[in-house]
Amino acid sequence: PFKRYVEIGRVALVNYGKDYGKLVVIVDVVDQNRALVDAPDMVRGQMNFKRLTLTDITIDIPRVPKKKTLIEAMEKADVKNKWENSSWGRKLIVQKRRAALTDFDRFKLMLAKIKVGLLH
Amino acid sequence: MAAKRKTPVKTRNPDLIRGVGKYSRSKMYHKRGLWAIKAKHGGVFPRHDPKPKAPVDPEKAPKFYPAEDVKKPLLNKRKPKPTKLRASITPGTVLILLAGRFMGKRVVFLKQLTSGLLLVTGPFKINGVPLRRVNQSYVIATSTKVDISGVNVEKFDDKYFAKEVEKKKKKGEGEFFEAEKEDKKTLPDEKKEDQKAVDASLIKSIEGVVDLKAYLAARFSLKSGMKPHELVF
Repeated sequence: PFKRYVEIGRVALVNYGKDYGKLVVIVDVVDQNRALVDAPDMVRGQMNFKRLTLTDITIDIPRVPKKKTLIEAMEKADVKNKWENSSWGRKLIVQKRRAALTDFDRFKLMLAKIKVGLLH
Repeated sequence: MAAKRKTPVKTRNPDLIRGVGKYSRSKMYHKRGLWAIKAKHGGVFPRHDPKPKAPVDPEKAPKFYPAEDVKKPLLNKRKPKPTKLRASITPGTVLILLAGRFMGKRVVFLKQLTSGLLLVTGPFKINGVPLRRVNQSYVIATSTKVDISGVNVEKFDDKYFAKEVEKKKKKGEGEFFEAEKEDKKTLPDEKKEDQKAVDASLIKSIEGVVDLKAYLAARFSLKSGMKPHELVF
């Protein structure tokens, strides 16, 4: 029934709080509710599992690796590209782009949609 | 008045701490050179007697004064500052008008007038908005900018937009019931020429950008699902 497990090396998406939207790696489990979590651009810290959504990606790391090892392991597993090519990752990118459209962009988008509609 | 120094004196007596100077009274007397002034004037400090005043007539009591003392209102020397222009509004920015006859129109910002109002133009040929003044509060600034370098807006100020003063007509008795209809005031040709001059170079730079002309011709409206606080303009 479960396919994605909490394990050391599981990449998760933060869905609440200051680091909303970031990809982090679970490097250790504190207790039933919390995990020690790390990412290349943040200080390693604890996070409640409720703030995390597990992804399909795992990397091969020892428990609580040094930052350098973590970054090397992430490069080796190519987390960034795997994420950006996954359908979930692509959807998030599109959402961000849509939110950043200016009024002129929205106008041009409307014209483009009309043009596509005329083809049918 | 004593002679003024060309450069102001920086204190000859620096503070050791607040309230205590470095030099004593006698040392300061020496430093200021009061001994030299005394010597110059033969052992006496120079006296400046007040000049004898010309005799002034005593003031007469005014004819009318209030029965009880009236308090004068306090003096107000406040100078209002010029309206601060939002950082997002620069010459050439496309603005969305939010109120008035041209509500929803997208319009090009030219400059801020001395009264604080924004001078704005359609351009007239594109969306029917003439050279007009608009208040900053009724405007959304978009991040779209138009190249405005070819436009000369020096001659426009608040006086240009002042209403023309009508001469008062005397009411004749016979004409009382006649509806005195004047012709609808047409715009003087001079203003039309001004509009054309401003818009000429503007339209050229607008046509240089794809879809910008159609964008300015269209009105803005909130559609279903658009959340203004989440929109990026």
